[in-house]
Amino acid sequence: MTNISIDALAPERQEPSPGEPENWWRFFTFSTDHKVIGIQYIVTAFVFFLIGGFLAMVMRGELITPEADLVDRTVYNALFTMHGTLMLFMWTFPVLNGLSNYLVPLQIGARDMAFPRLNAVAFWLVPIFGVILMASFLVPGGPSQSGWWAYPPVSLQNPTGNLINGQALWLVAVALSGVSSIMGAVNIVTTIVRMRAPGMTFFKMPVFCWTVMAAQIIQLFGLPALTAGAVMLLFDLMVGTSFFDPAKGGDPVLYQHFFWFYSHPAVYVIMLPIFGVFSELFPVYARKPLFGYKVVAVSSFIITGLSGIVWVHHMFASGTPGWMRMLFMFTTMTISVPTGIKVFAWVATIWGGKLKLNTAMLFALGGMTMFVFAGITGIMLASTPVDIHVNNTYFVVGHFHYVLYGSMTMGMFAALYHWFPKMTGRMYYEGLGKLHFVLAFVGTNLNFLPMHPAGLMGMPRRVASYDPEFAFWNVLASLGGFLLGVSTLPFLLNMISSWVQGEKAPANPWRAIGLEWMVASPPPHENFDEIPTVIAEPYGYGKNEPLTAQQAALQQLASTEVA
Amino acid sequence: MNLRLILKLAAVAGILTAISLWMGQVAYSWLPPPASAEAVLVDGLFSLMTAIGTFIFCGVVGTVIYSALFQRAGKYDESDGPPIEGNLTLEVVWTAIPIVLVIWIAAASYRVYDQMSILGPMEHIHMGMGEAIAAPMDMAQGMPETAGLEPEAIEVHARQWVWEFYYPEANVTSTELHLPKDRRIKLALTSEDVLHGFYIPAFRVKQDVIPGRDIDFEFTPILEGKYRLRDSQYSGTYFAAMQADVVVESPDAYQQWLATAAKSPLKPGLNPSYDEYQRTGGDDHRPGWKTVPPAPAPMVNYVGS
Ligand code: HEM
Ligand SMILES: [Cu+2]
Ligand SMILES: [Cu+2]
Repeated sequence: MTNISIDALAPERQEPSPGEPENWWRFFTFSTDHKVIGIQYIVTAFVFFLIGGFLAMVMRGELITPEADLVDRTVYNALFTMHGTLMLFMWTFPVLNGLSNYLVPLQIGARDMAFPRLNAVAFWLVPIFGVILMASFLVPGGPSQSGWWAYPPVSLQNPTGNLINGQALWLVAVALSGVSSIMGAVNIVTTIVRMRAPGMTFFKMPVFCWTVMAAQIIQLFGLPALTAGAVMLLFDLMVGTSFFDPAKGGDPVLYQHFFWFYSHPAVYVIMLPIFGVFSELFPVYARKPLFGYKVVAVSSFIITGLSGIVWVHHMFASGTPGWMRMLFMFTTMTISVPTGIKVFAWVATIWGGKLKLNTAMLFALGGMTMFVFAGITGIMLASTPVDIHVNNTYFVVGHFHYVLYGSMTMGMFAALYHWFPKMTGRMYYEGLGKLHFVLAFVGTNLNFLPMHPAGLMGMPRRVASYDPEFAFWNVLASLGGFLLGVSTLPFLLNMISSWVQGEKAPANPWRAIGLEWMVASPPPHENFDEIPTVIAEPYGYGKNEPLTAQQAALQQLASTEVA
Repeated sequence: MNLRLILKLAAVAGILTAISLWMGQVAYSWLPPPASAEAVLVDGLFSLMTAIGTFIFCGVVGTVIYSALFQRAGKYDESDGPPIEGNLTLEVVWTAIPIVLVIWIAAASYRVYDQMSILGPMEHIHMGMGEAIAAPMDMAQGMPETAGLEPEAIEVHARQWVWEFYYPEANVTSTELHLPKDRRIKLALTSEDVLHGFYIPAFRVKQDVIPGRDIDFEFTPILEGKYRLRDSQYSGTYFAAMQADVVVESPDAYQQWLATAAKSPLKPGLNPSYDEYQRTGGDDHRPGWKTVPPAPAPMVNYVGS
């Protein structure tokens, strides 16, 4: 009975499966079906991705010339604050939660998440704090202008003097986002630990589930720090306490510790599931088992552990003493070992395979190569002397956009294309998909590569104006940015039109191995008529062995009939 | 492994090494000319890391591109690839290589950081290292005339959004930072309001300025010229405009400058953010949202340009 969700099986067995467009209205209800919630998360996050992307276009418009001319400086500062906040709290986290919600129960052979109602509550908080964030554009004084780090004392300055101001709304939204993410994390971790199908030991579980679990554990230990920091800052701002305000004897650097103790590991909350996506996709499209499956799986948890002891690398130029700088330099660099293991394993998986370069595979390959690049600039940033120079310059902006756009967002596109037939029951259009890939790949590199030389030359980040010596690189970056904006058009066109009128998808269009591919596309409400018993490791490409007992029995039957 | 494979791998490794060494040299040109002793050290380290990074990047991405080009399944080929699930030797090797590289890079970075000693020799006591290395790098860099001198002490006051420099010995205030060449400089960084960042890209040095704290910060300019000091820690509305010129001159010219400045009467210094604030309409008529008003110009002996 471990496999029945706590809410017990929903009575109405004929409830429509999530993909069918005729029943679009149920995406607007308080549904407890993990598949509906997954799609709700993904679509909501994508809407905010478009808004955040639009803000980025305006920023790149401002930065195409050295002077601050397109928008006022206060507006520019609000734009990068909201862009960063939307992209992190409204795009990366929710879209990953959506993918995890959709896939984890299917991949481990469960009928739903452990706590379906909690799941729905966690999701519905997302549009709520999204609206709170966007509402800050309407209050006097405008949205927060202190950047997504919200370092005091700047974040405490409140020039309008109003109690309800953009910074306060920002802090409320971030705290709510923390609450929602903790709910999600409790649910996902419990589901993975308690609801795996019979026979699915941890070492028979797909790597995506491993990485999701590793990522959500970070949320559990990290988010309390961020939420505490945000609440303390809110008190300083609204009630006049003095945790972080140096004018009243507070310590602004203490806030930085609270903030980064969570926000560094947060990058692994973002990247680990994408590592999972790469680990799922390469075997399918290279037709080979995942190389070193167990090591790849376990290294996720090594990353989780290490991610908790590196946060000071964001504070190398703060008032951090030398010994701390050296200590955290070393811990940071060690993360490259488990990460390197994963990358090499993916390369070895691809090597000598029979590659099918469809849209999903192209995005996965592109995302992985850009991740390698980001990893190398990341090690440079870990080295304190180099970081002292490039910290808070465009070099950092280039580095983290290679992570966030180049790998996370590209990896997410790979996942969306790959599982689109499963989610919607329709095939996407390859031509449009490949067009999307080419535009996005060129756009990403054109946008973010030039930021590295600009940063090395000494262009600070978060500037509305800059010295003319940096103009050349910024023009290139802006063109790349606009190209990225354009690249979302074929994606939207593709998703909408193929969901409405695409060719019907079979259960397993990619001939992939995995429980989610053994049910119909889209899956029935309860996922599995009969919970399968898993008898093999997840990536048996080329081995011709059954994944589940039922499948073995069927194959047995088929072969005896032939004989 | 047969001989042909070994030869092939060796050839690939050789080509990769050549490309990497070349990139390591090119890396110097991405940075502004090094104008401080610290910059020379940082650039060397950056070059080393660029070379290692190039090797890894080309190795990994080259392999992937090769696969994507030459190992594609035929159009109707539905068969699977070889079911290789792992290879212990390979996995040990590619775990060991990053470990060795990490130790190498960390050790090199540690050495460079130690030689820079930008936070002053004090920290070496905390770090349990001998005083000997703590001596400013002048000796290592071969600057005999100034090796024995005390560092030149200058106060840096940051406020939204202007830099002010005070030379206590000559009692000179300026909005342009003048520094003697080849002499250890010791800045006392203070802020009156929010965090600011003291950053001179040509020197590769950066330090946050933290309100309520007095931070000592050291470096040694080695190249005469005019450079830019920029605010590197976001400090609010006019953050981007919070810049100042840095002039490195010969010790004689520097003394001359101090002497002349000391005799000049005080006048309002450079303050681009305040000027822009006034120009765009001051408190009530500015476009955009309300801002903390910029501090008025400090009174200085030397304004700069
Ligand atoms: C169309 C693509 C994008 C463009 C043109 C773009 C551009 C920019 C620019 C110009 C900045 C300001 C950099 C600075 O001065 O600090 C910025 C900051 C940032 N971006 Fe993006 N970006 C894009 C996509 C993304 C994505 C997909 C993410 C995350 C998933 C992201 C996350 C961030 C973050 C966290 C910041 C820092 C904000 C802050 O400093 O408070 N961006 N971006
Ligand atoms: Cu970090
Ligand atoms: Cu400043």
